[in-house]
Amino acid sequence: MEITELTVHELQEKIKSKELTITQITKAYVDRIQDKEKDVNAFITTLTDEAIEKSKEIEEKINNGEEVSNLAGIPIGIKDNICTKGIKTTCASKMLENFVAPYDATIIEKINSEGLINLGKLNMDEFAMGSSTEHSALKATKNPWNLNTVPGGSSGGSAAAVSANMVPWALGSDTGGSIRQPASLCGVVGLKPTYGLVSRYGLVAFASSLDQIGPITKDVMDSAILLNLLVGRDERDTTSLDTPKVDYVDCLKNDVKGLKIGIPKEFYAEGLNEEVRASLNNAIEKYKELGAEVEEFSLDIAKYSLAAYYIIACAEASSNLGRFDGIRYGYRTKNYESLEDIYVNSRSEGFGDEVKRRIILGTYVLSSGYYDAYYKKAQQVRTLVKNEFDKAFEKYDVIITPTSPVVAFEAGTKSKNPLEMYLADICTVSVNVAGLPGISIPCGVDSNGLPIGMQIIGNRFCEGTILNTAYTFEQAIKFRDNFKPTFKK
Amino acid sequence: MQVSNEELLHIAKLSNLKISEEQLDSYRLNLEDILNFTEVIKNANVDGLGETIGANDSFNVFRKDEVKEFKDKEALLQNAPEKERNMFKIPKVIQ
Repeated sequence: MEITELTVHELQEKIKSKELTITQITKAYVDRIQDKEKDVNAFITTLTDEAIEKSKEIEEKINNGEEVSNLAGIPIGIKDNICTKGIKTTCASKMLENFVAPYDATIIEKINSEGLINLGKLNMDEFAMGSSTEHSALKATKNPWNLNTVPGGSSGGSAAAVSANMVPWALGSDTGGSIRQPASLCGVVGLKPTYGLVSRYGLVAFASSLDQIGPITKDVMDSAILLNLLVGRDERDTTSLDTPKVDYVDCLKNDVKGLKIGIPKEFYAEGLNEEVRASLNNAIEKYKELGAEVEEFSLDIAKYSLAAYYIIACAEASSNLGRFDGIRYGYRTKNYESLEDIYVNSRSEGFGDEVKRRIILGTYVLSSGYYDAYYKKAQQVRTLVKNEFDKAFEKYDVIITPTSPVVAFEAGTKSKNPLEMYLADICTVSVNVAGLPGISIPCGVDSNGLPIGMQIIGNRFCEGTILNTAYTFEQAIKFRDNFKPTFKK
Repeated sequence: MQVSNEELLHIAKLSNLKISEEQLDSYRLNLEDILNFTEVIKNANVDGLGETIGANDSFNVFRKDEVKEFKDKEALLQNAPEKERNMFKIPKVIQ
């Protein structure tokens, strides 16, 4: 097996047994990036020389008998909306095309202190607004399973890079599905943690009450390993919470006997691709075989959630993106005389259409005369969604839905119609609206060989439960042994 | 939901954005599309429900308002679109 096909826990074993060295691993990934990046276009910034340099340093430490963490020397890729000191952090926007972050995000500090090696910054929809990575102002990432299709979004670069074995794992961010949906479309594992579990300090804000950072990995074990590293209260993010320490790897029991699974029938209604439906039905049957108790129930919130989500997310974005004014950093127009010209022209030239559309929608729903009808109502719907989930979790341990109603779609087919693109998030947004954790894992492929993702939703801070639910299924179907991206056109 | 061009231009002004004449229709139609879609929440039964402002039960987190110096001024200034000596440069505001 090629080095780059190994999961992180497999790499760790081979480092421990001295079958592989840190420099061999990093070199293998650098070669892989050089080979595949021209097809996939996942990276905005590659740090291959720096990575090789760092791998030599770590190897020297090991050879000198110095103590290093068990993640030292493992490469990683980072979504380009997470601040990395001294390295460009562009948000895939012309606005930040040349922005070099002056500080590290908290999770980057954690990653660096463990000795992980940053292979580069990964493409995304501009400011994380989109579901196909086609809204990147810098480049279009391709889905390794079929290069004519999109990788999903907004963490499309992260998911595609993991899927193409150009990084062993990556960080993404998820505001309405931006980790889970691209993971689903690229046949990898994507986890969106409970709101507050992971610090957002240094994540460029899109919608602060919904954003969370999480892992995109090849398998569930790696997801648990990376989550172990990410969690924790950070005084620089007042919404991060002090929760009891859990070892998520210990939660992987490969056993779902007696687990109560709820199947919300509204998430399987019309509009769901028939092959996705069939694959989910097979997965549900598999869980029954494995000893879980499965029951259908009603959770009629998907449409309300999606509408409330776009109101709330755009309202918060219109405020968060107010900071981009062309003064201290970011794009500044050449065309100005007054200060106001700088503001208006820098923003109008620096933001792409989708970002401007969302700022306008957000400003509209917050403006006088419309606030009660839209924003206030959406915040009440948010309470409704939380209450409905609370009720469901009184009965069930986890809830299973498709991650995306469709498999990877062809580039250009939805990008002209914003509303159609928004509907791609129908299965994922309610999880953000309620602040819950959700994981997407591959559960099969369609007749064209494109991966299908299953979403497992848990109660707040029950990451251990959804990880075990995902792990048990993964061990039973062995998706990675049976299906691989083809890079065909 | 119908949005007039005047209304759209007013919102754009509040957002510090300029929409060109040619783009006006497409922005307006997109906005109407999304607003029509969000109408569905009018049917949601939220009688008596409060507003949720965040995913967690909200509480205030207090800390002392202490000045912390960010020492790496160069890292900040290297991102300045225009600068002069150690300052961000903008056009004259007071005539």
